[in-house]
Amino acid sequence: MTQQGVRWTADQVLALAPDAASRNASGELAAAGPWSEVGSSDEGTVWGLCKGSGSQPYQTVVDISDASGPAYKCGCPSLKSPCKHVLGLLLLWADGDGVVPEAKAPDWAERCTAQLRERTREKRTADSSGPAAGIADPEAARRRAEQRAGRITAGATELEQRLTDLLRGGLAGAEQAGYELWEEMAARMVDAQAPGLASRVRELGAIPSSGSGWPVRLLEECALLHLLDQGWLRREHVPDGLAATVRSRVGLSASADGPPVRDRWLVLAQYDTADARLTTRRIWLYGARTERAVLLLSYGAAGRAPEPALPVGLALDAEVSAYPGAGQRRAALGGQFGPPAPTELRPTGMTTAEAAVRYGEALRDDPWLESVPVTLEQVVPVPDGADWQLADAGGDTALPLPPAAGHRPGLWRLVALSGGAPVKVFGECGHRGFTPLTAWPAGPGPAVALC
Amino acid sequence: MTRTPAPADAPVPGVWEELVTSALLGTDRRTPPGCEPGPRAPAALLDAAAAETVRRRAGLCPARAARRPEPAPKDPRPPLPAAAARRLTMLLADRPGPAGGGRRGAAPDLMELLPQWLATANARGFAAPPQTVPALLDAARGRTDLRPAALTFAGPRSLWLARLNPDWRFALRATPGGGTALPGPEATERVRRLWEEGLFAERVALLASLRAGDPVAARDLLASTWTTERAEDRLMFLDSLRTGLEPPDEPFLEQALADRSRNVRATAAELLSALPASALATRMAARAMTCVSLDRALDPPAIAVEAPHECDAGMERDGVVAKPPSGRGERSWWFGQLLEAAPLGTWSARLGGRTPEEIVALPVTDDWRSDLHAAWCRAAVRQRDGAWARALLGAPTAPEAGGPGAVSLAERAKLLGTLGAAERAEWVAGFIATHGLSEAFQLLGMCGVPWAPPLGRAVVDALNIARDAGSYPWSFSGVMGLAERCLDPSEASRLDGLLAIPDETEDASPGAGGYWAEAFQRLVRTLRLRAAMAEEMGAG
Repeated sequence: MTQQGVRWTADQVLALAPDAASRNASGELAAAGPWSEVGSSDEGTVWGLCKGSGSQPYQTVVDISDASGPAYKCGCPSLKSPCKHVLGLLLLWADGDGVVPEAKAPDWAERCTAQLRERTREKRTADSSGPAAGIADPEAARRRAEQRAGRITAGATELEQRLTDLLRGGLAGAEQAGYELWEEMAARMVDAQAPGLASRVRELGAIPSSGSGWPVRLLEECALLHLLDQGWLRREHVPDGLAATVRSRVGLSASADGPPVRDRWLVLAQYDTADARLTTRRIWLYGARTERAVLLLSYGAAGRAPEPALPVGLALDAEVSAYPGAGQRRAALGGQFGPPAPTELRPTGMTTAEAAVRYGEALRDDPWLESVPVTLEQVVPVPDGADWQLADAGGDTALPLPPAAGHRPGLWRLVALSGGAPVKVFGECGHRGFTPLTAWPAGPGPAVALC
Repeated sequence: MTRTPAPADAPVPGVWEELVTSALLGTDRRTPPGCEPGPRAPAALLDAAAAETVRRRAGLCPARAARRPEPAPKDPRPPLPAAAARRLTMLLADRPGPAGGGRRGAAPDLMELLPQWLATANARGFAAPPQTVPALLDAARGRTDLRPAALTFAGPRSLWLARLNPDWRFALRATPGGGTALPGPEATERVRRLWEEGLFAERVALLASLRAGDPVAARDLLASTWTTERAEDRLMFLDSLRTGLEPPDEPFLEQALADRSRNVRATAAELLSALPASALATRMAARAMTCVSLDRALDPPAIAVEAPHECDAGMERDGVVAKPPSGRGERSWWFGQLLEAAPLGTWSARLGGRTPEEIVALPVTDDWRSDLHAAWCRAAVRQRDGAWARALLGAPTAPEAGGPGAVSLAERAKLLGTLGAAERAEWVAGFIATHGLSEAFQLLGMCGVPWAPPLGRAVVDALNIARDAGSYPWSFSGVMGLAERCLDPSEASRLDGLLAIPDETEDASPGAGGYWAEAFQRLVRTLRLRAAMAEEMGAG
């Protein structure tokens, strides 16, 4: 599949950037000055020589012929991927003002392209043969799974003990107990190979002294953690869908084995959250035909952008497959049948009351669910004391925004876009309130990312 | 979200509260409701709490809507073309690189192009995309030089937003009519209410907007509460009269000369002196006249100066500050203030019917020349007197124009401000052709953008000369930066010859040629980018 004639937008390029510093640096390189021998071919490669600090210019090549994502190679020593040279070159090309002419690739670029394509092919083969290789010894795999389940059971049992001790002595003591206690407990859950339990425990540690009402929040989270422990310990006795949810909540990874669903998937939102080790990327897609929102989760080591990068406002013709678990939103991106392209498409929305019901119903399948993806139709951002809410234009009900949202630039973009008039807003709706992620003006106009 | 339990099969009220209490105190001390005391109690409490938590979350209902803000006023301007909107987003997202980066690279500095982009957008009358307004407000907040253009472009929605976010209050202050949806003359009652109850920023804005349309009403409004205002507020209100100052303002200002606050008195005096026909200006003229005379006994005749020997109460009432700053003689201090406030029209008759040029050319006795000329410079700027400014500026090619003289470069820059754009550009072009670039920065800043062709040519020629002289380009980074922003984009092609790295001559600084090539590349690229930006807005 070639991308001839489909130039990317600058947004599409910048969405690839691993961090803000790279984005800024790439802007500086998005001018003809440091570049020579730049060109692009109609097979979907872009190349150029970029003058760096060394004596030899860096050879930079990007292959965008594969719809599932670009492959790139640059001679610079940067550890970031993609580096600023790749981004700068793509920006230069996306600009489309003739700086990057259609040309025949020079030898060095040909060689790089061939290497890139070889690498992609190898990866494909590895991907498709990977699981097969794993099943080569089903007996060993079963033994490994059993061992891990045993460890998780020991971890969950220990955690139950810890929770009952806590409740016996009273939560009031938790404020004095300090964070180390929870950290140690979380480390034990990591040892027990239950990362889902570990992260919940770590979050428990942050609740004491987290502002008024913390005992209520701590009791809620302790109770839900207890529920998850019990779900795991009695997983043989709960319905299959719920058991799958419990397994995934505990942290047992499964592969997306749902049937592939082909649709025009509108990119509703993309945002990254990062800690010291890991960048997590969430992309919400909305199927034009299926009218369903699915979540693509991807991870990147710190400093590396997770893939793929899908800017808000584009739509892609592709297949996605759901992960196992009742009410599961997470899906994996399968085959793509064309590059992402701008779209006028918007998701259909609902009222605030319907959104609250949607969340309540989703809890039936997954009681640990923090929020559900929801598009609100015709809502107005309204200040409510120090906080904000989204109020139905035609009614007197509203969903509050989480207090922290008031300090984000996204909120102000939303308020400015609305100007007191109804807008359409996509976001995550849960027990903490509604977190807006993308909005559309009442009249015609592109989607505005709020995250 | 309000925590309203679902109405269907609602549990006994207070169950959750009791669970929380037991959890806080511990099951050893408080047995949770519906449980047996003993070792099973904590698990039973967790079971009950889990059920309650899920029930509470599942039963959440939306909250009641708070009072909605008034919708933002309509912005009738046409929307920005899509390409220009993308460009704006990039310009606003560009943050200055890491500090202390030293040498400027070869890439354009986007943030520096924002002012021009805004000017073009405003000239074409486009409306800002609403979602960009917060970023525009943030940019305007950080850079006061950007404020007027950014706020104009951001339009009525920016004022609507500023009322919702205290961080952007400055916008209400900075914009005439700040977010008051302009109460017209028919809305007298609204004006009065806002004037009496509004925030200070809103009142200043109201006064400014009213003054633009109906100066009499604005003055009446100000006079109605004048005596009850705080001193610092009086000062700010008075300052707002600076725009559109006119003879009918005199009685009010004259009254303010007796104000309790010294700063208010001084500002009133300053404003009155900018009205050459005012009584204060006449009084100052009379005082100044006694200090300056023509000594015809000398050949050629010269100006004789007799500075005042005291600062009397009348002078102080007219705004003369009695105490000089340290290091300044009292008499020269008083003399400067008198001359500065006296109408320039006085001098021709006093000094033998001479023109300003002839007066400036006269010798001055006893080293008073620099005091006298500096005071006249301030007067020419204050009274916006082009003829006197021209005379004091002198010929740009004169040797003393480039060096320290009676009139400093800063004063020359201010004097230039009173001349028309074409004359200004021509003067600065002449100055650069004679004196080079090292002193030109301040003067260039006074010239209209894009630079007129002769000025642009003079700057490029001078840069070329500086390069050939073997210096480094960063000695000229200020002018280079200005050139990037101010040179007419159509000049880009004329710079092509400067982009190559020249062969290094013996006396050149090592590597300078390469850095110059880089600096010129950056200049050309910035010019091309500016041309592209203009094209995106259909301003070709």
